[in-house]
Amino acid sequence: MPEKSVVDQHLESEYQHGFVTHVAQDVLSKGLDESVVRWISKEKNEPEFLLKYRLNAFEYWKSLQPPNWAKLKINEIDFQAISYYAAPKGKPTYNSLSEVDPELLRTYERLGIPLHEQKKLAGVAVDAVFDSVSVATTYKETLKKHGVIFCSFSEAAVKYPELVKKYLGRVVPYRDNFFAALNSAVFSDGSFVYIPKGVRCPMELSTYFRINSMHTGQFERTLIIAEPGSYVSYLEGCTAPMRDENQLHAAVVELVAHEHATIKYATVQNWYPGDKEGKGGIYNFVTKRGRCEGRSAKITWTQVETGSAITWKYPSVILKGDDSVGEFYSVAVTKNHQQADTGSKMIHIGKNTRSMIVSKGISAGVSSNSYRGQVVVRQTAKGARNYTQCDSLLVGSNCHANTYPYIDVKQRNSQVEHEATTAKIDEQQLFYCMQRGLTEEEALPLIVNGFCREVFEKLPMEFAAEVKQLMELTLENSIG
Amino acid sequence: MLSIKKLSVSVEDKEIIRDLSFNLAPGTVCALMGPNGSGKSTLANALAGHPDYKLSGSVVFDRKNLLEMAINERALEGLFLAFQSPVAIPGVNNLVFLQTLYNNLRKHRNQEPLDATDFIQYVNQCAKQVGLDASFWSRGVNDDFSGGEKKRNDLLQMLLMDPKLMVLDEIDSGLDVDALKKVATIVNQMRKEGKSFILITHYQRLLDYIRPDEIHVMSKGRIVSSGDYSLVSKIEKEGYGWLETVS
Repeated sequence: MPEKSVVDQHLESEYQHGFVTHVAQDVLSKGLDESVVRWISKEKNEPEFLLKYRLNAFEYWKSLQPPNWAKLKINEIDFQAISYYAAPKGKPTYNSLSEVDPELLRTYERLGIPLHEQKKLAGVAVDAVFDSVSVATTYKETLKKHGVIFCSFSEAAVKYPELVKKYLGRVVPYRDNFFAALNSAVFSDGSFVYIPKGVRCPMELSTYFRINSMHTGQFERTLIIAEPGSYVSYLEGCTAPMRDENQLHAAVVELVAHEHATIKYATVQNWYPGDKEGKGGIYNFVTKRGRCEGRSAKITWTQVETGSAITWKYPSVILKGDDSVGEFYSVAVTKNHQQADTGSKMIHIGKNTRSMIVSKGISAGVSSNSYRGQVVVRQTAKGARNYTQCDSLLVGSNCHANTYPYIDVKQRNSQVEHEATTAKIDEQQLFYCMQRGLTEEEALPLIVNGFCREVFEKLPMEFAAEVKQLMELTLENSIG
Repeated sequence: MLSIKKLSVSVEDKEIIRDLSFNLAPGTVCALMGPNGSGKSTLANALAGHPDYKLSGSVVFDRKNLLEMAINERALEGLFLAFQSPVAIPGVNNLVFLQTLYNNLRKHRNQEPLDATDFIQYVNQCAKQVGLDASFWSRGVNDDFSGGEKKRNDLLQMLLMDPKLMVLDEIDSGLDVDALKKVATIVNQMRKEGKSFILITHYQRLLDYIRPDEIHVMSKGRIVSSGDYSLVSKIEKEGYGWLETVS
């Protein structure tokens, strides 16, 4: 079967993180009913309020139909054919790295995320989530000295129930949408961050999500709370093995920034996108929202979306505090049969609130890439300002780019600007680079990286090089 | 260095250059003149391999069949085109761009790449010759550059690429006298080293600084007159009206 192996190599070169880790796993049998929700909660020794929250969400979810308003072609999802919990065998929570299966540690090392004390990334604390559980969090002790809590969501639910109770569902209520309700019922793990008053978090915080098991959904929950005057910069990365099936990833991320606090949240999403024919890949249906609670709070979302068969997410900011600021910087790349429907919502409530949306969509192959954004200026938001810029770049002539801006202004004394451009990759630029000795395959990522620069500049420096490389890999063989 | 025989170039079935032939020896400079639309820039772009053009005939460059070489291969093997209007690539850092193409060339020549420190030193040295400085490194490639600055940036790339054959398409437009003198110094030095040049120009001014070995006058896609420097003063005096009688 020499031909097969050539094909395999080709695919391998296109998606670098497609391997499977073989560790003994506890996987919950497929299907979803109340007993599953109760089982997950019990497995994690959750306090009573959390079980109640899950059950309420589950009851509500049962009354809903999957939404279909996005410009996406989605194979019908059989929610009974998914397992809602998968974890490496052994203790549900790890007290130290020595308890973690070395095979798991090797997995993260292979992904470029070493977790060992002596090898861990300098200046970046990492929480590693493998399928449904967090396997390790680095630099915990260092962070503790500053009063910063950075741990898995499961740990937070047990150790800091009052904080979780106070904030869970406050920004994204389970009634928000279909997938938020589902997540609220069955979420398994994720990261929890708490930055106390006036503290500037001394290092980058980062969560690395990995889906490994088959037929398993990943439903993570992330909650970040920044008390008045604090600062935190957080980055999440995602990968998954290559599989023929579509796997569901339905996360909820909630951010709360109090008075004068700043949260920067960056995502580098590189879930398996499916093969060239569009088979397999992750369904990435995520609800991300931040709330600028107090005066002059600031929340910045930065995302680089290169993976997933379907991406469906709108990181948003509710600008409640006067003078608060919301920002969204996005690069979404689609190729082959990938689909992306992504953008942002900025809800202006407080006076003189400001928001900025910069979206760069790059489509290649027969992919479809949509920007969908909403800017709402409530009557209370006197002096509010928004600036939106959406640029689409087309590579080849069989791909699609769409822009759907929704603008809803109830306050006269406000300013909303929207600019959008769509262009094909500039042949003159390509020719120029090639006349200087570069191949088309070398020139394209160079030009595209330039196109995305405004967004990449917003990423934490530690990850800038990684993202550049990711773009080069993603755009490989995309001309045709 | 370059031998063009019976070259025809068409774009979308429209013939722009017909049966064009000339030779260029190592260390020589030829000037290509002629009215607007006579096919000078088309020839420059076609030699560089622009994908819009269909070519027939033969072009031998440095003992290789040019028409069989990929665009980047032509560049790496020593063919350089300084564009009439160099395109801007916003967001791509100019210094990174210069370093990328330079190290790519070194790789092609089986040389070790230069690290950032060594490269900056080298590029600053080259930049002096074309009248650019470090203030251009942090900007996008040709982004918001003036016409003259774009030309200088192209010349800088030329120095970095150290080519064998250079086609300079209206390098004199947008350059002031001081810059022109700099260009002349570079060209005159390089021709001594055995490098060849095709200068596309409308003006005698450039050719006063760089004395070409040969002049070709193009009209309607053909070379209608070839000669030495005396042709230049004829064009300068009489314009191109006399071409009608020749062709």
